[in-house]
Amino acid sequence: MTTAVKIPTAETESRIHPENAAFDIERIRRDFPILGIDVRGKKLVYLDNAATSQKPRIVTDTITRYYQQENANVHRGVHFLSQLATTEHDHAREAVRNFINAADTKEIVFVRGTTEAINLVAQTYGRSNVGAGDEVLITAMEHHSNIVPWQLLCDEKKAKLRVAPINDDGELLVGELHKMMSPRTKIIALAHVSNALGTVNPIKKIIDCAHSKNIPVLIDGAQAVPHMKVDVQELGADFYTLSGHKMFGPMGIGVLYGKAGLLEKMPPYQGGGDMISSVTFEKTTYNRLPFKFEAGTPDVAGAIGLRAAIDYLNAIGMENIAEYEQELLTYATEKVSEIPGVRLVGTAKEKASVLSFVIEGVHPHDIGTILDQEGIAIRTGHHCAQPIMDRFGIPATARASFAFYNTKEEVDGLANGIKKVQEVFS
Amino acid sequence: MPELRDLYQEVILEHSKAPRNYKQPATVNQKAEGFNPLCGDHFTVYLDVEGDSIRDIGFQGSGCAISKASASMMTQAVKGKSKAEAKKLFDTFHKLITTGEANGKKEDLGKLAVFSGVSEFPVRVKCATLAWHTLQAAIEGKQDPVSTE
Repeated sequence: MTTAVKIPTAETESRIHPENAAFDIERIRRDFPILGIDVRGKKLVYLDNAATSQKPRIVTDTITRYYQQENANVHRGVHFLSQLATTEHDHAREAVRNFINAADTKEIVFVRGTTEAINLVAQTYGRSNVGAGDEVLITAMEHHSNIVPWQLLCDEKKAKLRVAPINDDGELLVGELHKMMSPRTKIIALAHVSNALGTVNPIKKIIDCAHSKNIPVLIDGAQAVPHMKVDVQELGADFYTLSGHKMFGPMGIGVLYGKAGLLEKMPPYQGGGDMISSVTFEKTTYNRLPFKFEAGTPDVAGAIGLRAAIDYLNAIGMENIAEYEQELLTYATEKVSEIPGVRLVGTAKEKASVLSFVIEGVHPHDIGTILDQEGIAIRTGHHCAQPIMDRFGIPATARASFAFYNTKEEVDGLANGIKKVQEVFS
Repeated sequence: MPELRDLYQEVILEHSKAPRNYKQPATVNQKAEGFNPLCGDHFTVYLDVEGDSIRDIGFQGSGCAISKASASMMTQAVKGKSKAEAKKLFDTFHKLITTGEANGKKEDLGKLAVFSGVSEFPVRVKCATLAWHTLQAAIEGKQDPVSTE
């Protein structure tokens, strides 16, 4: 694994360290080259961060440097580059562990993203622990990636998928959820932050309640990690998932955090190289954690790029980011909701960085096209959360989602864009 | 650079707000459902077919301004036409909204020519064709819902 040979570290001189004293938005924006481009003759206003975030230069530079100067396969070679790539990969895992405060790097499994992480848990923990008549409990605000893997499992095992309801503000009815935890509930899976509504769920309270009934909990953290400090030990989450591309890292890399005790007992997910200790045609013994769940050559560049994103976020400080974004969301909520004919969808007390809305008499798809002509990128549609749309009796919403590099001026641009939409349809 | 008004023509906006034939005809002997799974648009097209002729047509469902106006104007354009004529009209319409040209057959399209601006907005082509694909499925008596994907 690691090597005693002295090798160059991945530290780069160009790593950015914004002053903690001031949240220097202009300086931050300069770190993201794409924010300076024009689209359709207008300055880009990127408000589709819940779909994917933009990448700071340090992330793309790190990936380029890896491929130009460090690329080799990991865990296999005795040669210099292989050792270097392996060490860098290990450092990336440690950076993730530290970022979410896991107890051990063996609890950090690299996957493609949150979708794969949830499928992994459903197919391994789920298939070994959920049987006929058992229940899997989710909520009405889940992304399709936290619905369909459980449906597949329940169909196979003749188990029941139960769905805890939400109220008209898009808040989870926690009391109902608690009541639905039964002796047959084998796992609870829910979002930390809703991608379509922005609701922040009180997951610590939910996890505590579930644990009092010995039910493990998986938290889909894809929309939380980019916006707030997450401490998996403090939360007590049994599984926690994240996607690198939503937290300013590259696409194709994500993380499944799992408590070591649970991961140890789970069967492997995929078979192949790297996940084994020894193979004969009679018997294969599996590698130790976390490698048991990482079959095949991993996305080394992705992991290293993710580490660069984490270092960047740490330099700014997640608390600073959360504070700045809350102010921005409050401003956007006021600006957009004061426009006559606009209705917000998702008005929970605790929210993070998502503003979903509908305009009377205008389909969200048309809103998206008209805003696009203004250089404003938002998401329109069902946001891979069709059951939420059904819950609110609408086919789709327009969704603006923010990151720490967005500004109040951009929110003003959004508000003006919405007024332009209304003019076209007046 | 494409202009918004090329896409959102007055006629299109007017039809989207007050779609024509937005109903089930008294007699329905063929119908089909169409979805655009990416945006959630969903229409049902109802036909009263006698022999080869589309005697009556209606539609219901939800969608954006482009898809709804396209469905509305389609029902007006194909009512009373033969199945083959409707198919030919769709081919010409499809050519228009994907290329902006109709191979010299633009006059055949009549009012439908207002959709030529869609060609400047490629992601909206599926909106404009959803009802037409659904009509085609209804004519062919397909049981499964059609999808734009």
